[in-house]
Amino acid sequence: MIKSLADLEKVASEGERRIHPPHLKVMVGAATCGIASGAKDVIHAVEETLKQFGNGAASARTGCIGMCYEEPLMDILKPGWPRITYSHVKPEQVAEILSAVKEGKVVKEGLLGKIEEIEDYTRNTRYRYPLENVPPEIAAVENLFGLEFTAKQQHIAMRNCGIIDPESIEEYIARGGYRGLYRVLTEMKPDEVIDMVDASGLRGRGGGGFGTGRKWRYCKAAEGYRYVICNADEGDPGAYMDRSLLEGDPHSILEGMLIGAFAIGSQQGYVYVRAEYPLAVKRLEKAIDDARVHGLLGSDIFGTGFNFDLRIVKGGGAFVCGESTALMASIEGKPGEPRAKYVHTVEKGLWNQPTTLNNVETWANVPVIAVRGAEWFASIGNPESTGTKIFSLVGKVNRAGLVEVPMGITLREIIYDIGGGIPEGKKFKAVQTGGPSGGCIPANLLDLEVDFDRLWEAGSMMGSGGMIVMDSETCMVDVAKFFTEFLKDESCGKCVPCREGLSQTHEILKRITEGEGQESDLDLLEELGKAMQDSSLCALGGSAPNPVLSTLRFFRDEYLEHIKNKRCPAGVCTALINFEINENCTGCTLCVRNCPVDAITGERKQVHVIDQDACIKCGVCLDVCKFDAVTRNTRNTHSGGKSQ
Amino acid sequence: MDQLKGLVSENAYTILNEVEEKRASLIAALQELQVRYRYLPEAAMRQVAARLRIPVAQVYHVATFYSAFSLKPKGKHIINVCLGTACHVKGASLIMDRFKRDLGVEQDETTRDGQFTLQGVRCVGCCSIAPAVMIDEETHAHVRQDKVPEIIKKYRPSSPVTPVRHPPEPSPSSQTSGKPGK
Repeated sequence: MIKSLADLEKVASEGERRIHPPHLKVMVGAATCGIASGAKDVIHAVEETLKQFGNGAASARTGCIGMCYEEPLMDILKPGWPRITYSHVKPEQVAEILSAVKEGKVVKEGLLGKIEEIEDYTRNTRYRYPLENVPPEIAAVENLFGLEFTAKQQHIAMRNCGIIDPESIEEYIARGGYRGLYRVLTEMKPDEVIDMVDASGLRGRGGGGFGTGRKWRYCKAAEGYRYVICNADEGDPGAYMDRSLLEGDPHSILEGMLIGAFAIGSQQGYVYVRAEYPLAVKRLEKAIDDARVHGLLGSDIFGTGFNFDLRIVKGGGAFVCGESTALMASIEGKPGEPRAKYVHTVEKGLWNQPTTLNNVETWANVPVIAVRGAEWFASIGNPESTGTKIFSLVGKVNRAGLVEVPMGITLREIIYDIGGGIPEGKKFKAVQTGGPSGGCIPANLLDLEVDFDRLWEAGSMMGSGGMIVMDSETCMVDVAKFFTEFLKDESCGKCVPCREGLSQTHEILKRITEGEGQESDLDLLEELGKAMQDSSLCALGGSAPNPVLSTLRFFRDEYLEHIKNKRCPAGVCTALINFEINENCTGCTLCVRNCPVDAITGERKQVHVIDQDACIKCGVCLDVCKFDAVTRNTRNTHSGGKSQ
Repeated sequence: MDQLKGLVSENAYTILNEVEEKRASLIAALQELQVRYRYLPEAAMRQVAARLRIPVAQVYHVATFYSAFSLKPKGKHIINVCLGTACHVKGASLIMDRFKRDLGVEQDETTRDGQFTLQGVRCVGCCSIAPAVMIDEETHAHVRQDKVPEIIKKYRPSSPVTPVRHPPEPSPSSQTSGKPGK
């Protein structure tokens, strides 16, 4: 049981011995994406190898450090050395790498970088690794935090991801964990905590960007039995920072919620988490159990008389439940349908009681603010958008992963400096931010500073931080259709503008992508969008037209190309394109064997032919051809097609 | 006096909370049943309603609202093709089409042998390794159309899926004639 600072220090030193043990330690990134990239086999190989080593050599699992493009990652900690990282590790390499390390040598192949020091934001200290008397390979390799991908990043919310074992409360405490809570409970009054969070400028990371301190103040002012909720129903397709935080550092969210609960005067909290994130749920459950065992959840926390407990509620798979009133309805055991917010949830939320709901990333920032103070936090980022933001940089980008950067960094810096630009030298076309509620930002706005307000002005929004990069082979009409279809399926159907508006918008977009569109359709789309913005019940419907409106604003020509010339410039819309085999064909029959509908014929060593009537335009032939012998026509050249 | 009033309302809240939380257990109960039976049998839904003392219609409303619940039995393995944005721009719909063809089912249908239910999922949060497919609790990264038969086979080793008619293998010389990669 932890009741005092001394108790906390005691657990911390235990954790420190786990993070930096006096013997060899091997860590493998074991978040969902790491596991999908093969981390499980690597872990198995590590365990097998270490078994032979003996001498207390240990293996550990960490969360995701954000370098998803390098997964699976293996980190090695040998006393007297800096921490070294190997990327794209294959199970069969493990024994060789580890045996070398055991003998004080280093395998160069796959060595990505070394960690020279790790910053402890919650204690304002740095842990420095020894850098002298190390093998020349280690001396020569780059600092992991100085790579192009990492140099411009600042990991505050992600401070422990990839550093600690997320299932160890000791390691979290060793990294300064629960000190923010201790400080708040023993030194501050609830109102002072609210003032502090207010002054820090922290805004909701879930999408809206509402001032967190302000939200807490309204909630505290309301009469009733108050609740705090963590919104971990990460629904935006293309965003996964919440999953990564839950999997990589669950205690940071717990501690943030505890601080928030103390500030507003709440005894009961809920974490509403997607059932599609089984690993996140598991780690969260473990964290809550451990916190209870250590007396950090429950009654009389730190002997101050403050009581608080947490419950996990698993979502049922409905995107609309990311909306606060729908989420609360879902916790109450009802269908997740939103209600009009004449009365805000801070006054009447869960079970009609005052409720403070914040996103995972918002909660994870709170403990750091509690220790380092508002001024320090406010000094990072832009004056109106303080601190850092995690983005999931994905899509057509070389280095896909999670990046946490100070607010105010430009899109160009994120996509080119950090992300390494577009693969295969293709042209950047747009970046989609804000999920289905956001918009597409074109190339001429690449120097836009990324913060809540600038993105809003550009017709998009921050959202939860998805950043999907699109190149010349992404069709913007198709993207608009994709989001509209998504929202049409996820609309709860309670209000007419959203339900009917989305299905009509989808019909029109479908028509355009099939070459049946008319120019007047574009006006109709705008009119429909406007109506939905003005009259939908909740934010899902109100922001639903954004993908259509923003692509119409920046990529109107592409719509017109589909309508007037029956052409899809990106070569995506299947009704408007076709595939042909050209004279480069060597007759290797690879495409014949891969065609799923047997639409390709031809003798070996003879130029093959695609049967246009049988072809389903899946493009497998183009993907497998080694001789550039398959052409994708951006206009359907086959006269039998729908569009002539 | 004010203090006493505060104390009374505090206790009343605690009691009310317990009542309310019982009602809230509806979704959790249905989730457990869904895991157990791979769908929600009508009899089970009626039992839930009786036990939680809520109308059957309310149970039905919840059961049909959330995509996690199914009123039809699901297959042994659930294939969730991620249709999130990052997966979409990397060709997820083509992956979905391939699963449909190879399994001979439409989206949200179950194969006749009861092995697979094919579903689309809005995002599994594995955007950096798109396109992703989640089968049961295992996530497959960078899925390609031509790899789909292999993936299916992994879960159904007894009857290999060979929807494609394979012509004879070409000689190695005709396949690799020194052309630089794309």
